[in-house]
Amino acid sequence: MNQVEKGRYYYRFSPGKRLLHAILFTTFLGLALTGMTLRFSSAGWASAFAHGVGGLGAILFFHKAFGVLLTLAFLVHVGNILRLAFIKKRFGMLWGPQSLVPQPRDLIQMGQHFRWFFGLGPKPRFDRFAYWEKFDYWAVFWGMAVIGLSGYSMWFAPFVARFVPGSWFNVALLLHGDEALLAVWFIFTIHFFNTHLRPGSFPMDTVIFTGRQTPQELAEKHPVEYDRLLAQGRLEDIRAEAPQRWFVVAGMVVGFAAIATGFVLLLLTLFSFSH
Amino acid sequence: MNAWQRCVVVSVAILVLSSVGWAQGSGSLSSSSCLACHGQEGVKDSKGHSIYVDPKEFSSSVHAALGCQTCHSDVTEFPHKLPVKKVACSTCHATEESDFQVSVHHLVMKSASSPACLNCHGNPHTIVSVHDSRSPVYALNLPRTCGKCHGNPEVAKEYGLPNVYSMYIDSIHGFALTRDGLLVAATCTSCHGAHKILAPNNPHSPVYRKNIPATCGACHAGIEAKYLLGAHGKALKAGVSDAPVCTSCHTAHSIVSVRTASFQLKTTAKCGSCHAERAATYHDTFHGQVTALGFVVTARCWNCHRPHEILPASDPQSSIAPDNLQKTCGQCHGKVSKSFVSYDPHANPHDSTHYPGLYYTARFMNFLMLAVFGFFGLHTILWFIRSMVERRKSGGKGEESASD
Repeated sequence: MNQVEKGRYYYRFSPGKRLLHAILFTTFLGLALTGMTLRFSSAGWASAFAHGVGGLGAILFFHKAFGVLLTLAFLVHVGNILRLAFIKKRFGMLWGPQSLVPQPRDLIQMGQHFRWFFGLGPKPRFDRFAYWEKFDYWAVFWGMAVIGLSGYSMWFAPFVARFVPGSWFNVALLLHGDEALLAVWFIFTIHFFNTHLRPGSFPMDTVIFTGRQTPQELAEKHPVEYDRLLAQGRLEDIRAEAPQRWFVVAGMVVGFAAIATGFVLLLLTLFSFSH
Repeated sequence: MNAWQRCVVVSVAILVLSSVGWAQGSGSLSSSSCLACHGQEGVKDSKGHSIYVDPKEFSSSVHAALGCQTCHSDVTEFPHKLPVKKVACSTCHATEESDFQVSVHHLVMKSASSPACLNCHGNPHTIVSVHDSRSPVYALNLPRTCGKCHGNPEVAKEYGLPNVYSMYIDSIHGFALTRDGLLVAATCTSCHGAHKILAPNNPHSPVYRKNIPATCGACHAGIEAKYLLGAHGKALKAGVSDAPVCTSCHTAHSIVSVRTASFQLKTTAKCGSCHAERAATYHDTFHGQVTALGFVVTARCWNCHRPHEILPASDPQSSIAPDNLQKTCGQCHGKVSKSFVSYDPHANPHDSTHYPGLYYTARFMNFLMLAVFGFFGLHTILWFIRSMVERRKSGGKGEESASD
């Protein structure tokens, strides 16, 4: 990295991706708050929250409304991927260094990362998406499928029962609740740490809000991508203006609000789970 | 003793006693001559006790026709001898007296303060019919009369009794009486009897466990009939001593309307105090979650099992018999298919025999949870430690800087 790059910014996430993440975490928080209220219905905080937001009708309305919004965002996202990959023929999205699809390299880098944890080797050099970032992405994908399908089948139970036996609804609520708890706990611990709270990113990585990162961040967190872009002379293509101050502050405020909400919910659910 | 019998006894008593007095030829005194002294307001005996009789009230009491001497038979002349004997109500009211002799009021409490006739019936010279609204034992006045002792915390403490008066007054029966002024509302005596009040562990008591359905059924006949057809009623008849009776679910004195949310929300825990496994599996369902949050717009035990005519699914009359499930679930879910009602509202994820699908899903989710948090928990902790080590090595510039 040279001195010229001081004060520069590069795009990592397009506005569309940032909007997707914003919809994702807003609806996720809304779904988690209303859903965990039902899951831990015997807890005092759950009953207080349910009555506070306007009763069961309100809880169910918001849960379903957030669910529908998240489903729409998910479908738009999947549709967009299919359009770009197969119509625009950008097959690099499906395999290769730019892809989110897990590849043998990820397994190797995971091993190297563990070696580095123990001081037995150098830190692996990650490309555009590190293996844990891919896990985050696919965990949401899997969660969306499991929670979404079980949720909609319970919502429209009398209709769905035409095609499946009633015992499916017993399984559906268990799947819905357990997978949601897994997702809530994962996001509010592992995801928060990996992307925001670990010493390398503390207190918050604002790249998902501003879309921009400094050359240092790009070179340190995604060195292989940086080297490739540099070698191909394509760094200029992703060159960005410095994010305006209000934008960074807004990102921080929203991000910390989400993290704070997440931690409160994490503590409440952990407390209620252990009782 | 019924009214007709009492009428005969009283007539005979008047006839006999007055003829005896006449036959003796001595000191047949008229009420008016007694009242010449005792009708003076403020008249007292040598010890300072009032011996005043209000002539007006006495004349309108049920005993007015008897005159004074019928009860105070030892007073035969003027001025009369002292002391005057205590009047025995049993002379006329023999059945009431024999009933009272075996009652808890007589047997348990033989102290001077234990209730006798006058404690409940009030001043003997102003006694009016039980149907007269001035009577302390008139239906609308009765709870207050019993409450003189049974609403007194001291009495409750002394005899180890619940302070039932306040419980009753705030109950649906109490409201029916005090708010709605209903003479048909159950009062103390409706359940406990009047003179022959027996302890609840006495098999002859109307509030003895086995007798409770019949006691409540005296008014709630339709409910009693349904209860007796249900599993609880059958069990009670078969001699199952802890089979629930009316009071097990509704309580004895604090009975509230079954339409109130507070009662409805308590019922699942109440049923669950015996049916623990069923309550636990119910709690795992959406129905159970909504109830636990404190909302009543969902199915609770008796919405499906019915409140009184509870029957096992094997009985074709049961609301949960396979052929009736569509109707039962349909109360809330509308027109539903056979497949829809094959949902089990009490599925147990720990029971692999009956619910293999649910059981293995639950175990898979447990495994997934452990695997994800086991792996990433370790990953996160190790990463954190390594980051701190690298940070220290690089002089606080961060882990990534260290690899440059």
